[in-house]
Amino acid sequence: MEAPTELSIAVPKGRILRPIAELFVEAGVCFPENLDETRKFIVPVPDCRLTFIVAKPADVPTYVEYGAADLGIVGKDVLMEEERDVYELLDLGIGRCRLSVIALPGWKPTIHPRVASKFPNIASRYFRERGQQVEVIRLHGNTELAPLIGLADRIVDLVETGATIRQNGLIEIEKIADITSRLIANRASYRLKNAPIQLLCDRLQEAVRSRALRVGAPAPGGKMTR
Amino acid sequence: MSRPKPFEKPPGLRDYLPAQAVKLKNLESRLLDCMRRWGYRPIITPTLEYYDTVGAASATSEAKLFKLLGQNGTTIVLRPEMTAPIARVAATLLRNEPLPLRLAYHANVFRAFGGEAGKDPEFWQTGVELIGDATPDADAEVIALAAACLETAGVRSFALAIGHAGFLHAMLADVLRDRPQAQEELKSCLSRRDFAGFRERLDGYGLPSDVRGELESMLRMRGGRDICDAVSGLSRHPEARQALEQLGELWEALQAFGAADRVRIDLTLTGDFTYYTGMTFEGYADGVGFPIASGGRYDRLLAQFGRPAPATGFALKTNRILELVDDGGTPEPERVLVVYAPHRRQEALQKAAELRRSGTCAVETMRTDVAAAAGVGPESSAAARILWLD
Repeated sequence: MEAPTELSIAVPKGRILRPIAELFVEAGVCFPENLDETRKFIVPVPDCRLTFIVAKPADVPTYVEYGAADLGIVGKDVLMEEERDVYELLDLGIGRCRLSVIALPGWKPTIHPRVASKFPNIASRYFRERGQQVEVIRLHGNTELAPLIGLADRIVDLVETGATIRQNGLIEIEKIADITSRLIANRASYRLKNAPIQLLCDRLQEAVRSRALRVGAPAPGGKMTR
Repeated sequence: MSRPKPFEKPPGLRDYLPAQAVKLKNLESRLLDCMRRWGYRPIITPTLEYYDTVGAASATSEAKLFKLLGQNGTTIVLRPEMTAPIARVAATLLRNEPLPLRLAYHANVFRAFGGEAGKDPEFWQTGVELIGDATPDADAEVIALAAACLETAGVRSFALAIGHAGFLHAMLADVLRDRPQAQEELKSCLSRRDFAGFRERLDGYGLPSDVRGELESMLRMRGGRDICDAVSGLSRHPEARQALEQLGELWEALQAFGAADRVRIDLTLTGDFTYYTGMTFEGYADGVGFPIASGGRYDRLLAQFGRPAPATGFALKTNRILELVDDGGTPEPERVLVVYAPHRRQEALQKAAELRRSGTCAVETMRTDVAAAAGVGPESSAAARILWLD
């Protein structure tokens, strides 16, 4: 049984690429320069035997589940929504935000509750688990619009600083979950290429821990020190 | 949804056109032959079984069963796997056959998937059950047989990972003795492959750091024989030690079978905790993102059918293997077309019969008027050979 050492990793397009690049560099793992500016989808880094695949965030788990990419980096929100059969290896501690229920101020329960969201599975599950019967309306973006034009009385959306919802006159009612970016792996790749995957994971885990110690906050999966 | 068009079929279900059908049949034949050489005899069970017996006993979760209502209101299922049906037969029709029993199968099984990746509602499994032998040698036999089958099938680059359902259960039950909820949560994280979640939960339990460290180290427990020794030193828990000893013996037996180089021990491999009672394993091949084989020991199942007996086995995911391999099997017979004018029909059909008896040809016959209508001419290369009797 040969030990293949080439790994492919699907990374999400968008603002998150920079924090990922910084983390990788700190961890001593190669990251292609200017990945956010390239129009290419496949960027090999032969020196590190790593190939980067730039994908839409929502598609990263799909590529990884099918094995089209060995590894992937994706937000926990996407993982919770998609529920794909992949190994969730590591909390990278970047891309911090939260998934929350949001409404207009003075929101009161209605007779026919409607919740709009880009995350219909998460929303559905959340309310069902609380015994609330709601109609979940799937939107693809700009979800804040929904309560403002009467499509829904509540929405489930990501909140980072809260600026967007404040600007739209909305308030956060309850937090569903804290979200960060995660390292995921394909089931077969995890077994067949375990050595290089574990090495990459260890390096990233070390970088995540060091960052947390510097900031003085609990690292995901680590201990707090003073 | 409007009525399906005449050519539609329910989502996910496949037709196997002749080339694929031949390939599947050849693969079936190679796999069953390999199993036969190890003493496994074929068994065929019905496609439909009772929900209350086989349905309830199978490892497949309720939500994934295709249920039908039978004539007198009983619930019937399309078989989701073959292990429970074989257990049913072993406990009844074969109850007077001495143990151990070695049975092999190639069957289509059905699962109601909810749009999951790469999963068809109907798919083929080829596998074995070894009933009545509780020794590590029996476990090693089925694992070595799985490896031999994959090699016979022509899967070049594959690996098998072995775990132990009892080990994880024992470790968690001992370390988190008074916290059954925590045990369930951690097991759930492992079975969902959520290592990040596993660590996150560990943080929240307020455990002493050495205990936390021990549990976290579970995520790295993979390797060869050495891992059993390494972990054994670490573990105080008698059931966990026992599980590790079993894995150690299994490893040695695998070496005797000559299969150890294909195998890696991975203590994070869980399988279904409620079903498997001992070793569990999964097989992966280069080029396929999904497992191509899975199996394990399930000592509690036969008792549910009234004949308590230890049992172990595996199922190959034949469809996935089909995607991977060439049809390295039987060569296609020569295709011959005999075209005849009506007055030479007798002669033509006798010639065809003669060719068919030789066993090397697939012979089609066609009257000249049909051939003309179909555009077949003496130079036509529709078949490898054309005989004209006109």
